Amino acid sequence: MLAVKADNLVKNYGKKASAVKALKGISFEVQPGELFGIIGPDGSGKTSLFRILTTLLLADEGTASVDGFDVVKDFKQIRERVGYMPGKFSLYPDLSVAENLEFFATIFDTSIEENYDLIRDIYVQIEPFRDRKAGKLSGGMKQKLALSCALIHRPSVLFLDEPTTGVDSVSRKEFWAMLKTLQTKGISILVSTPYMDEAAQCDKVALLQDGNVLTINTPAEIVKNFDGKIYGFRAANMLHLLNELKGLNEVQSAYPSGIYHNAVMAEDRLPSVLSKLKMDHPLDLEQVELTPTIEDCFMALMK
Amino acid sequence: MRTLKFLLQKEFRQIFRDPSILRLIFMMPVIQLLILPWAADYEIKNVRLTVVDQDRSEYSRQLVNKITASGYFQLTGYSGSYKQSLNEINADEADLVLQIPPSFEKDLVKENEVKLFMALNAINGVKANLGGAYLRTIISDYNSSVRAEWLQLPRFNPEPTIEIASSNWFNPLMNYKYFMVPGILVILLTMIGANLAAINIVREKEIGTIEQINVTPVKKYHFILGKLIPFWIIGMVVLTIGLLISGLAYGIHPVGSYLTIYAFAALYLLAVLGLGLLISSFATTQQQAMLISFFVMMIFILMGGLYTSIDSMPEWAQWITRFNPVAYFIEVMRMVVLKGSGFADIRNHLLIMAAFAVSLNGLAVWSYRKRV
Repeated sequence: MLAVKADNLVKNYGKKASAVKALKGISFEVQPGELFGIIGPDGSGKTSLFRILTTLLLADEGTASVDGFDVVKDFKQIRERVGYMPGKFSLYPDLSVAENLEFFATIFDTSIEENYDLIRDIYVQIEPFRDRKAGKLSGGMKQKLALSCALIHRPSVLFLDEPTTGVDSVSRKEFWAMLKTLQTKGISILVSTPYMDEAAQCDKVALLQDGNVLTINTPAEIVKNFDGKIYGFRAANMLHLLNELKGLNEVQSAYPSGIYHNAVMAEDRLPSVLSKLKMDHPLDLEQVELTPTIEDCFMALMK
Repeated sequence: MRTLKFLLQKEFRQIFRDPSILRLIFMMPVIQLLILPWAADYEIKNVRLTVVDQDRSEYSRQLVNKITASGYFQLTGYSGSYKQSLNEINADEADLVLQIPPSFEKDLVKENEVKLFMALNAINGVKANLGGAYLRTIISDYNSSVRAEWLQLPRFNPEPTIEIASSNWFNPLMNYKYFMVPGILVILLTMIGANLAAINIVREKEIGTIEQINVTPVKKYHFILGKLIPFWIIGMVVLTIGLLISGLAYGIHPVGSYLTIYAFAALYLLAVLGLGLLISSFATTQQQAMLISFFVMMIFILMGGLYTSIDSMPEWAQWITRFNPVAYFIEVMRMVVLKGSGFADIRNHLLIMAAFAVSLNGLAVWSYRKRV
């Protein structure tokens, strides 16, 4: 049985003529125990998709099921077995850390003790602040508390909507490590993120853009399927260099990435590119051949 | 039941954790009940009167003395020119001009008849109206006392006269506070019921916690009861404080029984809480909720018979008041507090309020959706 199955989901907001098409027919499958990433820029439809799967929103077309239960007909069963962590911190800011956790445990008819083993690794980090009001926690702490609250009823599927947005890079690494641990406890995880570098952490990723799925695959396969060559260029006048690269016929796409500007070519046309660039940057042009990363693949796909 | 218990526990925790809300809940009745009844008084006092005395006689002075001695009027001008007095009205220094003609005393003695002229500043309609009426009463009083002074009345009146003696039932001294305090108490309860409940739920919408609750197996009626019960209890506590204050500060002890008041208030709170829930299901931000409840509250208060009598409203307005729960509660409060009405007397009110409670809550539950 699949953890999540979405079949041709469509969602429009607003009236017919001026409707915003949030989802334009999304289909994917998540295997039990999988860490599945939904990668997409802001406004690509990630949150709408999550709200449909967590029974908060009705899709206009298409069907979806979570743990084998239909999101429309069997919403009651789904609510018993999913954990949802919305993108925006939404716990009671005027209740303490312990009170929030206790509240969410009790409304699922369970207790903190019963499922403590599941949240222990996360909760021990915020336990020193157990009497502090949730609204007064730092960003990383809030996120850990929210994850604890989403886990306290031992859900079989965990939905995390942009859990790492606005979190520092150390906390982000920690967070992904926590998700890996949860995965070993048999929880299927669906996580969305706008950060492409996080895709490599997932078992499988779906790339979303403007309500469409561009690709679904494992990160390794996505990188392997990249055809073309990719070079990094740098020179003193980086802005000028980027505009130049974008203007060349040989270059399919060019975008800044770290200290280089990455240029993607369908086939290796480095000599001809170099000869053209050398005219403007005779002294300081540097180039390096790069192995494509998952970000490069996404940039190529989203073009 | 267990879920409900935890929802209530959480709700009370939040309420008691917010000291400013708690203070407001308990300060509001105290302040409103201590201040408003003194200010919201219909008796018009301090009507500014300017007299144009063109006669300057013994009689005209007597008349002016009588008017100022009544306590309702404040003599702001005493001149001989009507034009000058009118200027005072224009400058908003006077509300009323009384003109005494040059031949006042002469005509009164000789002709037995004299005409006075009165000009009213009708910008403040109530003041002009009542000021004019007071003045008329004082003048006719003066008139009869002058007559009594002059003539030895015959043993039997040549013309039959009808004299009216009135007695004010249920509020013999026509004490305004007896009338206002129960009404203000009703407004307080309405504000707590409709406003607090609505804003509380909309706040959960704003901070997103309602979504978190919605993905849990918590049932709709659990959630709604979890919101209703705490504010119902707070409402009853506020009512108790209000009744205590009206007893201690104004000496108002209901002629009827407290049980009747509490029974009706219990039902009434249910109805206004339903209204609050309904508002919260339409509003998505606290600002919207505030605006809607402010709008509703204005209509409820001004069309509730607190300040103006419903019987003197035009017929269409009277129809609107029939859909105003505040009007029923104000009426019941006055009936029980002043007249001592019991359950049998307010049976219809109880039934109507029950209908309000059922339909408002029904609508609210129906329109509250766990998903959109």
